[in-house]
Amino acid sequence: MNSNNQHIRKHIITALVENQPGVLARIVGLISGRGYNIESLNVGPTQDSTVSRLTMLVPGDDRVLEQVTKQLDKLVDVIKVTDLTRETFLNRECILVRVAATRKTRSEIIELADVFGCQVIAVRANSMVLQLVGEQDIVTDFLELMKPFRILDVSRSGVIAMASE
Amino acid sequence: MRTGAKCVVDAIRDAGVKTVFGLPGGTVLDIFAELYHAPFEFFLVRHEQGATHMADGYARATGKPGCCIVTSGPGATNAVTGLATANMDGIPMVCISGQVPSSMIGNDAFQEADTVGITRAVTKHNYLVRRTDDIPAIIAEAFQIAKSGRPGPVLVDIPKDVQRGKTEATFSGTVNRRGMKPIYEGQPRQIAKLAKAMNSARKPVILAGGGVIAGGASAELTALARKAKIPVTTTLMGIGGFPDTDPLALRMPGMHGSVAANSAISECDLIISVGARFDDRVTGKISEFAPHAIKAHIDIDPSAISKSVVVDLPVIGHVKPVLRELIKLIEPADRREWLARCRKWCTESPFAYDAKETQLLPQFVIEKISEVTRGDAIIVTDVGQHQMWAAHFYQYTKPRTFISSGGLGTMGFGLPAAIGAQAACRNRNVVTIAGDGSIQMNFQELVVAVEHDLPITVVILNNGYLGMVRQWQEMFYRKEYSAVRLAQNDRARNEKIAERPPAYLPDFVKLAEAHGAVGMRVTRKNEVTSALRKSFAIRRPVVVECIVKPDENVYPMVPPGASLTEMLQSIA
Ligand SMILES: Cc1ncc(C[n+]2csc(CCOP(=O)(O)OP(=O)(O)O)c2C)c(N)n1
Repeated sequence: MNSNNQHIRKHIITALVENQPGVLARIVGLISGRGYNIESLNVGPTQDSTVSRLTMLVPGDDRVLEQVTKQLDKLVDVIKVTDLTRETFLNRECILVRVAATRKTRSEIIELADVFGCQVIAVRANSMVLQLVGEQDIVTDFLELMKPFRILDVSRSGVIAMASE
Repeated sequence: MRTGAKCVVDAIRDAGVKTVFGLPGGTVLDIFAELYHAPFEFFLVRHEQGATHMADGYARATGKPGCCIVTSGPGATNAVTGLATANMDGIPMVCISGQVPSSMIGNDAFQEADTVGITRAVTKHNYLVRRTDDIPAIIAEAFQIAKSGRPGPVLVDIPKDVQRGKTEATFSGTVNRRGMKPIYEGQPRQIAKLAKAMNSARKPVILAGGGVIAGGASAELTALARKAKIPVTTTLMGIGGFPDTDPLALRMPGMHGSVAANSAISECDLIISVGARFDDRVTGKISEFAPHAIKAHIDIDPSAISKSVVVDLPVIGHVKPVLRELIKLIEPADRREWLARCRKWCTESPFAYDAKETQLLPQFVIEKISEVTRGDAIIVTDVGQHQMWAAHFYQYTKPRTFISSGGLGTMGFGLPAAIGAQAACRNRNVVTIAGDGSIQMNFQELVVAVEHDLPITVVILNNGYLGMVRQWQEMFYRKEYSAVRLAQNDRARNEKIAERPPAYLPDFVKLAEAHGAVGMRVTRKNEVTSALRKSFAIRRPVVVECIVKPDENVYPMVPPGASLTEMLQSIA
């Protein structure tokens, strides 16, 4: 009745936590202490100023992450934890990307950007900065498409998520 | 208006604490100035690790949170081992540490350490207090957190200026943290499912752990086991939770478990963990643990469920109310065959040693301690072979009579924890069972027992080795005894020191006397009982050093990583 099958996948874990110093360190420590890498992390206030929402993307084994989720829930400063990967959820990520753009390539980039509903927020002689908000998969696809133009810099917000209902 | 320091001492008093352990320093001078007037018995330790283990021993003996106070920097880092020890075993404790003034934090100030950072992973919760106003509420909360759910140690780090500040703040009422949500009652549906499984099981076993002790549920456990006729194995942390003298008792499971416990686990069709977390020292090879069994687990800590062993029937809740509900739902069953099989294992393969051996054996000494105290003492162990023998050869019948560092396995725990236990239970016989290695890690605390007139008996089973490590080297490392010989002869070539070593190094009898205690040395079997009797009669701290056979091993032994069926009874 034991199963040691590993199911490695990306988990989106979101937690409502007390908006207090030390909370983040505690949570990150719990995860990194197991040798797991937090791929992205986003923290921000909620409608209640004493509560923050934290969203993490952690690749790992299903069982281990279930245990991690339970351990997070045990922390005094953690009000509620959900592994959204187990439910249906909405996710978004915001990115800023600077790509090399010459007069020749500029219009092609803008055309692609349009398809994704992406905004151009700065244009320089040899580069431009684009902003995209979308589902994480789409954002990742978009970055793939930008690669041939030479990405000079990327800043990703990390995924934020919410259960569908 | 009260100072922060006064708030600290008042809050400790309001939490019901009467005994405080600690050692002062620059950043806690204000608190100690208040302690001078406080209604506590204060135990001045000689090393902060001692303070944490004393608070821990106090908590294990009583179930009430222990309390200790240490200074910043080295005081706090010295407390880390004790916090980690308590954290692993779920022992309620509040440790107050001083911190450099707020304005100097982060500046590498004298005796500064990032105490909350360092202790984050070894405490249930910790605080860095920023405002004097917060002290009353935080300390009340700290005690509450230490006790609630799965108990554990809480550290409160208070900068010096915060202690010196003044406040009108008070705290009364109840602590209510939205992040704290221990589940007390189990879900009726889960309990009913478990009861059904128990009623239909033909070969069930109960695995009772530390949760039974922490939850004060040994009466319920005993009633359930007897009504349902289910044999019980008690983990190291669960010892005393079910009487060893009961015919249903299978004793301890795991690496150094009994044949009965390990065989029953390996054959059973249902295993019910009651507050036992399936520690790797209990399960052996996980994939072969209780291979035929449905696995049930009652625990107050949801994160303990399916942590190692995947559980089929979880019940999240406090063991006491859950067991009470189960008792109602259990139907008497006919398990004569299974019980007879378990009894047979118990009688045919009890914990045993060579009774014909003429040299003094450590197991024999422990059996005598059991006889002389009639199983009614509080036994506190250190860590090593003697710890396992203390689990095997003493008959425990009551909870909180076996105190041992199970999870962390902290050598040096025994003596200070015994002092804490005796401080709480003045009229009991408290016996430390230590190895010659472990006892040297905190021997200095013996003076604290002398100062406070605590009549502890410290039995040192001196085998001249770090015995447990020697046993592993004998069994698994080609008998190459590296850095385990404590006596001066027969050492590895690169470990020789003295040309003409003294006969005893250290001389524990003289060492005891130098600390103001009584010292005795026992070398022969026929001296043991009288030495023990004498030590209990004196009602002073006594050290009884027993020179025992150097190379005795703990059996049975399940080699690391092997299944529980692979018990070695001797070296092949
Ligand atoms: C602080 C600490 N350091 C190291 C160990 C590893 N260790 C486990 S048992 C043991 C030997 C203990 O020797 P002793 O106290 O003499 O007891 P014995 O095994 O001989 O009964 C050691 C070194 C430990 N458990 N704790």
